[in-house]
Amino acid sequence: MPVSPSDTRGTVHDLAVIGAGPAGLAAAVTAAELGLTVALLDAAPRPGGQFYRQPAPGLGAARPRALHHSWGAFTRRAARLAAQRAAGRVHHLAEHHVWAVTRATADPEHWTVHAVTGPDGAHGPAPELTARHVLLATGAYERQLPFPGWTLPGVVGAAGAQAMLKAGLVLPGRRIVVAGSGPLLLAVAGSLAAAGARVPVVAEAGDYGAYARSPRALAAQPRKLVEAAGHAATLARHGVRLRSRSAVTAVHGTDRVEAVTLTRLDHDWRPLPGTGVRIPCDALAVGHGLVPQLEPATGLGCATRRTPDGGHALVVDGRQRTTVGGIWAAGETCGVAGAELAFIEGELAARSIAGRGPVGALRRRRDRLRRFALAMAAVHAPRPGWSDWLRTDTEVCRCEEVTAGRIQDAVTGLGARDGRTVKLLTRAGMGWCQGRMCGTAVTHLAGDPAPAPTRRPLACPIVLDHLADG
Amino acid sequence: MPTRNGHHLDTSDVVIVGAGAVGAACAYYAARSGLSVTVVDRGAVAGGTTGAGEGNLLVSDKEPGPELDLALLSARLWRELAAALPPEIEYETKGGLVVAGDEPGLAALRTLSEAQTAAGVASTCLPADRLRDAEPHLAPGLAGGVLYPQDAQVQPALAAAYLLRASGARLHLGAEVTAVLRGPGGAVRGVRTPRGDLLAPAVVNATGTWAGELAALAGVTVPVLPRRGFVLVTEPLPRVVRRKVYAADYVADVASDSAALQTSAVVEGTPAGPVLIGASRERVGFDRTLSVEVIRRLAARAAALFPVLAGVRVMRAYQGFRPYLPDHLPAIGPDPRAPGLLHACGHEGAGIGLAPATGQLIAAALTATPAPLDAAPFRPDRFVERSPA
Amino acid sequence: MSRRRRRTPAALVRARPEPAFEISLDGRPLPALPGQSLAAALWAAGVLSWRRTRGSGRPRGAFCGIGSCYDCLATVNGTPNQRACLIPARPGDAVTTQEGHGHAGLAV
Repeated sequence: MPVSPSDTRGTVHDLAVIGAGPAGLAAAVTAAELGLTVALLDAAPRPGGQFYRQPAPGLGAARPRALHHSWGAFTRRAARLAAQRAAGRVHHLAEHHVWAVTRATADPEHWTVHAVTGPDGAHGPAPELTARHVLLATGAYERQLPFPGWTLPGVVGAAGAQAMLKAGLVLPGRRIVVAGSGPLLLAVAGSLAAAGARVPVVAEAGDYGAYARSPRALAAQPRKLVEAAGHAATLARHGVRLRSRSAVTAVHGTDRVEAVTLTRLDHDWRPLPGTGVRIPCDALAVGHGLVPQLEPATGLGCATRRTPDGGHALVVDGRQRTTVGGIWAAGETCGVAGAELAFIEGELAARSIAGRGPVGALRRRRDRLRRFALAMAAVHAPRPGWSDWLRTDTEVCRCEEVTAGRIQDAVTGLGARDGRTVKLLTRAGMGWCQGRMCGTAVTHLAGDPAPAPTRRPLACPIVLDHLADG
Repeated sequence: MPTRNGHHLDTSDVVIVGAGAVGAACAYYAARSGLSVTVVDRGAVAGGTTGAGEGNLLVSDKEPGPELDLALLSARLWRELAAALPPEIEYETKGGLVVAGDEPGLAALRTLSEAQTAAGVASTCLPADRLRDAEPHLAPGLAGGVLYPQDAQVQPALAAAYLLRASGARLHLGAEVTAVLRGPGGAVRGVRTPRGDLLAPAVVNATGTWAGELAALAGVTVPVLPRRGFVLVTEPLPRVVRRKVYAADYVADVASDSAALQTSAVVEGTPAGPVLIGASRERVGFDRTLSVEVIRRLAARAAALFPVLAGVRVMRAYQGFRPYLPDHLPAIGPDPRAPGLLHACGHEGAGIGLAPATGQLIAAALTATPAPLDAAPFRPDRFVERSPA
Repeated sequence: MSRRRRRTPAALVRARPEPAFEISLDGRPLPALPGQSLAAALWAAGVLSWRRTRGSGRPRGAFCGIGSCYDCLATVNGTPNQRACLIPARPGDAVTTQEGHGHAGLAV
């Protein structure tokens, strides 16, 4: 539940942490234990972020760890958080959706955090919160690439299926194909199968063989290899087939999924003609890795860098400082690399902010895991041939129902040459999600060789009255 | 991109720098006058202020004078263009409704509308009890308003893109002009881009808020400054606001010379669903950081005018930079300081609306044919005479 | 408990939920468990869509599952555009299939 306004109004926190996933959680407990006063703002009712989403207490899960890896790493920090909350050093502001961070008007050295409250952000404005430092631990969301039929009910994000399973103990179907690219697919397939779904196949568009070609970064991370081996064993136990260089290129059904077509891909992810196989199923869990959540960082002017998978991540230095003084970042928003690194970066950031070392060992572990993540991202990065999956009538923007054909017309006939202009000319990316689902695809279709990150001055929608009153 | 300075890319009668609405209109009318036209822009079509505007084609917010004359001509031209261009430009003759909160405000509004009538603007006064026939969701308690049927709207980016396509001009997008080429005697003979030179005996500066930079490349000054505005965009709605509706103080804000923040309620629906909420004006350079104070004020004023909006969600906020000139008039026409250079810039918040008439003035100047109206008030070198420094 | 019990998410985590309550979709009663999101309760009942798009009227439901995609927008107890994947189900919640923007009543 949100803390009452009297708990935060008028006080200047040493640190406001935005996001209570692994990075934010680690940062908040570390900073509080080093003596800082911390406000921890998070959209969810309970800490853990997307990675450690848990069933609500009412569901009475006796063994939530069955849906998680490294569960102990979370529960240890959750216990430290509880202790710091009890000691009054952390204000955990749950169900707070931060829509912007701005320089405080009273003191330009301080920051004001603007948020709305409630599970869907519709309960009302939170009191403005002031802090000397802000740590952005806003995580990531799933990257999607469109294909014919991807808007049909029963097609769900792979991370979405995982999240719904972890929090709600539900499945989108009984026979679920898992497809896309990235290491998350194996974890998702394993969870779905363990929870009772039949998973006929996991289709990975990338080439697992590529791992063998970058052995150094991988060999330096034995824990990651053990984790991958664990997923593989789970999948083998449940009879899940794993197909590399394959993608779902069509979904069949009228009002919900009845089958998918799985097609072999060439090195550039172009479908190989004549290789399509129809696989009956009632759901498809699909995703292509994760995209750093850059709001509210970009609104603050924090610099970003291109990532090997074509996206953007925040630039941070050796102490997790962004390019804007007083604004720090940790975890997936600095580049998608997993929970283990997020814990490390959160702790590193907190120690840096508190000015309490040592940080050398943390930094070395961080750098090692970052190298591993880079190698992994290269294996799974979308290849340009994916757009050959599209038909002219395939919806690319789900919100505004903009087809690939209309985007193509804007590019070839109207002078669009970047995602922003495609948006202006077609409305692709102008809907509720503000381009979070279609952004990767639109940028690619626009042919922009050096895209800038999308600017979203409001990190989430706000009821007009709550904006006026706040 | 390899630098190809000096490489000859193309030759035409006129090079227009800027692929926004004003550049597109200049290209369209120049081409219709029989000239071969090249358009160059460092970004995409509608990448500057055109893409950040609401697409207003207004006569209601202008006091009698040269700008209103330009707006009235443009209103007629937009009607012609709407017939010639595809419906995708979303041209709507929706009309504007200006409302006043109290009797003195209403009296001032009536005085303005009477003066506008003399200049050719159609309007109807609405007493308080008829306001909600016109706009059912308007807040109760307003003193009255004036309805302007000539006010219209287009989707600005699409309008610019289709206008540019209809012009048949050769397009060089993503090519930044790095120099204005001068010949013997100082005459302009084209522009240089990293891709090569675009040669023409005339160059039109249609670079909007960035016009001062291009002018500087030609060795002249045009004192265009950015005047920042924020727009709030709501979730998609059915038509809840029929017209462009704004508070009477908007007219005073537009005409103000102050650099300080001004906000007034401007609310309108769009064919796509979202309601657009403006308008703020402040001169803070090209500052792109979010001003929470500004968007809070916009939200409060919109909710006060249309209580129905209080419960809907704002999905998006964005800012644009209007090209502001100190006397609120655009710079249109040849620049005697650099023979061959013409300016079509500085339209502040009215560039979409004033684009067609601007295009006609530029085409007339290029072809040495009679102008459709007196262009003297828009002379680009007028600021130099006023302050010889 | 039988060792041969069918594998389910609840069995995997040995869940002993508090008693179910009733919600409805377009008047049809459906069970929900305390703490489940509306989307989870609907999925548990085999329902995958509860919205029709405002362009082509196509069915949609939960997609991203974490509140980012807004595909799961639902009209709940008469209020449109609520993210069903984030809103906890409450006893008596009446979900109605949302048509388009969900605000038809405001049109003038």
